[in-house]
Amino acid sequence: MSRRFMQGSEAIAEAAIAAGCRFFAGYPMTPFTELLEHFAAKLPAEGGVCVNAESELEAIGMAWGAVATGARAATGSTGQGLSLMQESISELVRAELPLVLFNLARGQGDYYQATRGGGHGDYRHLVLAPVDLTEAVQLTQLAFDRAECWRNPVLVYGDYLLAHTAEAVAIEPVAFDPLPSKDWAVDGSRSGSGSPRNLNPIGMVPGKKGIEPERFWKRLQAKHEAMAAAEARWEAESTDDAELLVVAFGSVARFTRFAVRELRAEGARVGHFRPVTLWPFPSEALAEAARGVKRVAVLEQNAGQMIDDVRLALEGRVKVVAIGGISSDDAGFGVGPMLEPERIRARVGAALAGREVQP
Amino acid sequence: MSDEVLRSDRPPESGATRTGEFKPTLQLGTDHDLCAGCGEPLALRTILESIEELGLAQRTIGVIGIGCYTALTSLMDLDLIQALHGRAPSLATGAKRMLPDRLFFTLQGDGDMANEGLQEVIHAAARGENITCVLLNNGVFGETGGHMTATTVLGQRTKNTLEGRDATQHGYPIQMVDLLAPLGGTAYAARGSVHDASGVVKTKVMMRRAFETQMRGEGFSIVEILTMCPTGWFVPTAKGPGYLNEVLGAVHVTGEWKRDGRLLRGAEPEAPNEAKERGAV
Ligand SMILES: Cc1ncc(C[n+]2csc(CCOP(=O)(O)OP(=O)(O)O)c2C)c(N)n1
Ligand code: SF4
Ligand SMILES: [Mg+2]
Repeated sequence: MSRRFMQGSEAIAEAAIAAGCRFFAGYPMTPFTELLEHFAAKLPAEGGVCVNAESELEAIGMAWGAVATGARAATGSTGQGLSLMQESISELVRAELPLVLFNLARGQGDYYQATRGGGHGDYRHLVLAPVDLTEAVQLTQLAFDRAECWRNPVLVYGDYLLAHTAEAVAIEPVAFDPLPSKDWAVDGSRSGSGSPRNLNPIGMVPGKKGIEPERFWKRLQAKHEAMAAAEARWEAESTDDAELLVVAFGSVARFTRFAVRELRAEGARVGHFRPVTLWPFPSEALAEAARGVKRVAVLEQNAGQMIDDVRLALEGRVKVVAIGGISSDDAGFGVGPMLEPERIRARVGAALAGREVQP
Repeated sequence: MSDEVLRSDRPPESGATRTGEFKPTLQLGTDHDLCAGCGEPLALRTILESIEELGLAQRTIGVIGIGCYTALTSLMDLDLIQALHGRAPSLATGAKRMLPDRLFFTLQGDGDMANEGLQEVIHAAARGENITCVLLNNGVFGETGGHMTATTVLGQRTKNTLEGRDATQHGYPIQMVDLLAPLGGTAYAARGSVHDASGVVKTKVMMRRAFETQMRGEGFSIVEILTMCPTGWFVPTAKGPGYLNEVLGAVHVTGEWKRDGRLLRGAEPEAPNEAKERGAV
């Protein structure tokens, strides 16, 4: 398939449409706005619908309705808009609806929001963090597939760099295994049948009074445990004889990976580990990659969030240091001065030498 | 029979005797958990019977809000999507856009629609979204135990307006149908009441007109139904219908507010027998 020079937002919209997404709703916010623009421009020609919602609350509500009919649907925003959507995200998990969400965020400060969530109750969903456009095209398609496989929302977490950087990219279709039938979707066909469907987040069963919350929530817990066991994805490089292991995710990992490759080429014993799924966090793979290293250095563009998951994965066996930090442009879009190959290299170099890095 | 037996302002002294059983075809049973004297099961009946009579049973999807009526979903022989509190119009919007030939209705209370979800029902109407929103207005959050909503009338006592709703403290009620009718995308708007048999019949006429408006693809329709909530009003069950008609009905005036895109502002829907001739009942 031929490659085209495209902005991330356009490539993600095209990948979603190639994966069968036929409904999108959103509300403008930088750097997410262009994703909405591309869906608005491209969906009608594919027989799809893009609604300019009046707020993020409505955007996720509309996408909820669309996905309930069995259509592939998505919504998204920037972290702020995702904050507004939290009630719906947690309840979509309980309604077991395969909605795909995009957070094209301002930097990496939404790691907790993405992986812990601000919604209520026990709930979990996959979080995919692409490193570049080629991977974003694949993970966007994977998001729709995994969402339907588990009947659970999936979040794709990118940032300004991913959304606004143009690269030559091909929308290569990814082949997936067949999915279970969508007999849960409501289309009105079971109305008047005596056994209708009721897609609800509280465990209600048609024709039956009351709910059984404990049984319902425990069933979801078991599903989320199965997801956690099956869905961890990561990329590990040069870990075999490494003394220092650098851990980073998303666009930032593109810088750290570059620095690690350069230093490796110069003979430094440094490895790189990148979680592709932030939930489930690839804890076992990280523990394996970190075996034998003297130090693990976490470079994330925030005050220190993913470092918690790194520490949990390593259970105190290895020293874990933070070498990233808050770094932003003046508009607050998260394109900070730290994101310079030279500066990233200097931070990794300091960690190699055992020096402390000031955030 | 003594006068005592015929008094209707309080429940009978002895337990009531079941003399027969009736349910709409689209209702799965007759047993529900709502209070005695609640108006919501009556309102549900107008919806279910209208769908059945219009022959739309296999093409209908309900989107349900959160309030006492949520418990009625176990009785509904309809494909349903359960929404969060206030969010039913958005869900119905997305679903209808994917399945434009189905009949979609939302079932919401005054707390759900006029408080938590006011912005989205206004936008759904303004967009001319081809759905029918049904508002069960009892002037309280019934489900939480009788608290003030945006439609609570002045002077009405609730658990958080103990001395009665006072405009200086709690502001003025919102009349939902009056608010939505003038919007360009609204094709049909009416307010009925289930306080007596004639009210139920008129409400059903409104429900059918709203559904027909939607099936003709003319745009947004709203049917508000005033319903009894004796529990949330702290009045005896038998006084519910009278209270509804005199206290809430005085502020939330029944009638058709918009039909065929024309503003009517509270016109009586045509008499049931006239409607019958046209095959509406
Ligand atoms: C976000 C949110 N806030 C509050 C509630 C609690 N709650 C449940 S039902 C209800 C009021 C329902 O009132 P209404 O829609 O008028 O229905 P009624 O019970 O009167 O039939 C409230 C406030 C909730 N479920 N969700
Ligand atoms: S509290 Fe009111 S609305 Fe709720 S079931 Fe009882 S009477 Fe009906
Ligand atoms: Mg109410």
